[in-house]
Amino acid sequence: MNYWPLAGIAIVVLGFALRFNPLLVVVSAALATGVLAGLDPVAVIEALGKAFNDNRYISVTWIILPVIGLLERYGLQQRARGLIEGMQGATMGRLLVAYLAFRQLASALGMKDIGGHAQAVRPLVAPMAEAAAVKTHGDLPEDARDEVKAMAAATDNVGLFFGEDIFFAIASILLIQGVFEAAGYPLTPLELSVWAIPTALAAFAIHSWRVLALDRRLGRAGQ
Amino acid sequence: MITYEWLYVLAGAAFAIWAALSAKDRRWGNAAFWALLAVSFFFGSHMSDLANGVLVLALVAIAGLGGLKRSDPPTTSPEERQAHAARLGNRLFLPALVVPLTAVVGTLLYNYTPLGETGLFEARRETLILFGIGVLVAMLATMVWLRPPLMAPAQEGRRLIDSIGWAAILPQMLAALGAVFALAGVGDIIGGVARGVIPEGSVFLTVVVFAAGMALFTMIMGNAFAAFPVMATAIGIPLLIQTYGGNPAVIGAVGMLAGFCGTLLTPMAANFNIVPAALLELKDQNAVIRQQVGTAVPLWAVNVLIIYIGAFLLWN
Repeated sequence: MNYWPLAGIAIVVLGFALRFNPLLVVVSAALATGVLAGLDPVAVIEALGKAFNDNRYISVTWIILPVIGLLERYGLQQRARGLIEGMQGATMGRLLVAYLAFRQLASALGMKDIGGHAQAVRPLVAPMAEAAAVKTHGDLPEDARDEVKAMAAATDNVGLFFGEDIFFAIASILLIQGVFEAAGYPLTPLELSVWAIPTALAAFAIHSWRVLALDRRLGRAGQ
Repeated sequence: MITYEWLYVLAGAAFAIWAALSAKDRRWGNAAFWALLAVSFFFGSHMSDLANGVLVLALVAIAGLGGLKRSDPPTTSPEERQAHAARLGNRLFLPALVVPLTAVVGTLLYNYTPLGETGLFEARRETLILFGIGVLVAMLATMVWLRPPLMAPAQEGRRLIDSIGWAAILPQMLAALGAVFALAGVGDIIGGVARGVIPEGSVFLTVVVFAAGMALFTMIMGNAFAAFPVMATAIGIPLLIQTYGGNPAVIGAVGMLAGFCGTLLTPMAANFNIVPAALLELKDQNAVIRQQVGTAVPLWAVNVLIIYIGAFLLWN
């Protein structure tokens, strides 16, 4: 068996690791893989062009940007901050569980750019979680504060990753659809996105439990 | 009948406007990149495969040479936004909700009422087409409600698409890479290796290897999108679906989510794991990943069970 086409995977790994432009990495990998499999270079470019053209519907979802941008012009982000700020009170654990639910729900409805590390975690979620932890457990050492802040960032990631796929018009769902359709299994985006719900519920349960466990552990350490 | 071609014309129009506004702003790299994408949407179906391939190479050349830059189209100041947000309140979320509601309710109506018999939409394309309709409805409603300048949606959209930059077409490009991998037989090779590892006839172990491969490839590449075409064509489709008769929707959707568990574990996914550690000025660069391990590992195991139960036990 000819194992040379696997060099394409090595190119992807190396290229991403060396921080080349990912589009450049992907296309280099495609060309190398095709040529090493013994295909004519022109045929590889044709195959790439055909596949790119067949998968245009993945990029169609950007037509939503004018709507989101327009709402941002009128303070969508600021309103989302207001909602998060309204969550304060109670403990660090409850605050982060509430933010997790908010992030998952917003992502599931297609508003995945509400939240995020620069927009929400650094200015809002992390300081609020830290303040709540100090309020319940008294002054905390630097390491414990870092743990709380890191958990705030982790909560944002978990909420986004395991909420966004419930929204069907998202790149990952359409990529799945594209790969399966090319293999002869036509699926609809909605058929795929409903199967993101069980994992979303499990993610909420597991991560909430972990956030609350961290809160309890900080309490024990403070005594 | 409304087909994807209608959506492509809509998307082509959006990218053409962004290209024109970029040109007016003398951002030639952005103008060329979005113009090529507009050409792809408008004329891609009528161009030869080679012409489409050359178009791809041109897009990559512009992005690879750093031709795409962020832009700052006219918009409101943070103070104005704060004032608008206070005045408009939670009603601001409504137009954004119109889009998923149109698509989901429309899809359900179309599939479970006689509406489907009208054949209004191309088969199995109704959800994305309804998404496009939802976008138009939401935009119209917002324009009527808030009365911004006429060019505001185009300029605000350009602000966002320029901030996304070349990453906007990365998923589409990765899907194309998957197709070339399939043509070159990469899936067959890895599938062959995997078949050597997995005991013949064990559905559960095959699910474990598929989900583990998704997570590991995602950790190596930093991106579940890049891992998915490889693992789907190597194990997901030939073994789980064709040999063992599993449910394709579950294997695809939850397989991707098993990859997302890998994203939580890798410094390669810098945007999610390393950048926040820097933003929050944490001493340990990997502090965020450390907090994620305890969620990602059990959640990965849950995904294995969901695939095994949903795609096999409940399906057969």
